[in-house]
Amino acid sequence: MTHLLEINNLDVKFDTDEGRITAIDNVSLTLDQGKVLGIVGESGSGKSVTAKSIMQLNPGNTIYNDNAEIIIDDENVLKFTSKNDLKKIRGGKVSMIFQEPMASFAPAIKIGYQMVEQLMIHKPMDKKEAKNISIDMLNRVGIADAEKRFNQYAFELSGGMRQRAMIAMALSTMPKLLLADEPTTALDVTIQAQVINLMKDIIKEFNMGVIFITHDLGVIAQVADDVAVMYLGSIVERGPVNEILKNPKHPYTRGLLNALPDINNLDAPLKPIPGNIPSPLDRPSACVFRTRCPDPTHDCREGNTEMGLIEVSPGHWVDKCCVNCG
Amino acid sequence: MNENIVSVNNLSVSFDYQENFLSKKQKIKAVNNINIKIKKGSFFGLVGESGSGKTTLGRAILGANKISQGNVIFHDDEKDYDLTSITSKEMKEYRKKAQLIFQDPYAALSPRMTVRDIIAEPLEVMKITNSREETDERVRDIAAKCRLNLEHLRRFPHAFSGGQRQRISIARALVSNPKFIVADESVAALDVSIQADILNLLKQLQEDLNLTYLFISHDLSVVAHVCDIVAVMYLGHIVEMAPSRELFSNPRHSYTKALLSSIPSIDPENKSKAIELQGEIPSAMNPPSGCVFRTRCPNPTHDCKEGNIEMGLKEVSPNHWVDQCCVNCG
Repeated sequence: MTHLLEINNLDVKFDTDEGRITAIDNVSLTLDQGKVLGIVGESGSGKSVTAKSIMQLNPGNTIYNDNAEIIIDDENVLKFTSKNDLKKIRGGKVSMIFQEPMASFAPAIKIGYQMVEQLMIHKPMDKKEAKNISIDMLNRVGIADAEKRFNQYAFELSGGMRQRAMIAMALSTMPKLLLADEPTTALDVTIQAQVINLMKDIIKEFNMGVIFITHDLGVIAQVADDVAVMYLGSIVERGPVNEILKNPKHPYTRGLLNALPDINNLDAPLKPIPGNIPSPLDRPSACVFRTRCPDPTHDCREGNTEMGLIEVSPGHWVDKCCVNCG
Repeated sequence: MNENIVSVNNLSVSFDYQENFLSKKQKIKAVNNINIKIKKGSFFGLVGESGSGKTTLGRAILGANKISQGNVIFHDDEKDYDLTSITSKEMKEYRKKAQLIFQDPYAALSPRMTVRDIIAEPLEVMKITNSREETDERVRDIAAKCRLNLEHLRRFPHAFSGGQRQRISIARALVSNPKFIVADESVAALDVSIQADILNLLKQLQEDLNLTYLFISHDLSVVAHVCDIVAVMYLGHIVEMAPSRELFSNPRHSYTKALLSSIPSIDPENKSKAIELQGEIPSAMNPPSGCVFRTRCPNPTHDCKEGNIEMGLKEVSPNHWVDQCCVNCG
């Protein structure tokens, strides 16, 4: 079976005034239909850049490597340049939900108009049909009084409702692949719980593939089937969610888990990961994690190892250099 | 000597609101009839969703919001400061003793000042030190306590990561040698690996400098870890208050229970569904009558549903206070 999405050897670099910086280094991953892939990592680890590459939403100073492939439906979407091709991945086959629902709606245009407009761009239908689908979608995501909300502006909706409307809008074109970039981070916990349950139901119903980006491992544990842990532009560990969270092999994954306050064990001390994320301008050579690794092997500390994932148990991939580190 | 450092008595804070210039002025009660006592040396947590009045309460305690009703008293060693009748001279003294750490370390630091100047500014504004040498010494001293590298003092904030910036903000808040700190969502903008570091630093500084914190957060697992006593706020009211272990092991208010169950479990096999609260927090402009939580309560008693009950905290076990109306709700 072919995968819904296949990313091979993706490098992303940005040309900035201070020099060329590496945002993504040799990322490969696959996603099947109906599955949720969680991407976790700290800010600056390249989670959002990976997702934006799929829709080619990175800014103009972005440089992709030549042998990189992002394959959806046997087509390398990285090679798309024409408006018509780009339309297919921007809102057609792929939709994205952003973190800040206030910033993602135009403030001076009614929600309904924005939903109808994008539907008509992607699907051959008239205004009336688009309106019916939009209102139906708003109902589906649990917005009461959908017809009234349809004619309101984003500022008239509360945070949770705005995020629901955003989800409704992203789903109305029936995308095959949904990119959710920190969709619950700006929400309160009680609203987060509502939105997570809603997304789980919808993923099941529409049988989409979802990339769910978050820095919250708790959210990942609840929604994802597979997890990829990113650090400074590289995937350092990847596998089924159960395996990664219960049997983490990479010191960074273990560090993230230890740093998390556990409500069931209040006596456990909070263990931060020592040091700071290095600036992308001076990315460590060889293993990127070696400057913060609690117990690196000699070769690793000296920068003599190469990065690359190896399979330690079925489906569980870890960066080979860190398998032997503390 | 008083064992408390701050007493808040029947405090209400309201804001004027006018829909447009023709309509009548309304009062919005952001904080409603709050009574808390913060013990010296404690780590007092305040949790609740956005719009629950946490920040307004914190700011009122610092004298940054006008008090509409009730009072706030700060008990210093020699004298008490009553914020409702404070003179501007006393207010200046009070500012040295009570300080605020902000949420977003990216917005809180001026990009045009060096770290040294940022930390030294309160000393100069409050005229605490008399010479540049003295100022420098105080700055170096507090920077070392906040685990900042001394050579960082010459640099500008843009050179630092979020965690380092938050340490600079903490140093700036502590340089006037305050006794009481309001930390408003001070770790919310940080990554988990850095968050643990800042929380440990706050704990360490509390021991070293004898501080008392009012720690405002929406993250219950963080609060559970650092705070001794926790108050849960909902729509301007404190609905439950207890020592943190008691609160987290034995929550009595249905809102607290819902909040606790909403924390996503790190165990993928633990799919226990959160107690899903219906709807969203009502607008403070038009709060429900009687118990403010009744519109979202999963299982309200009959009287509660009808809005016949008055709110008010009741002690259900030693030091564990719950809103009287919700003790019997589901």
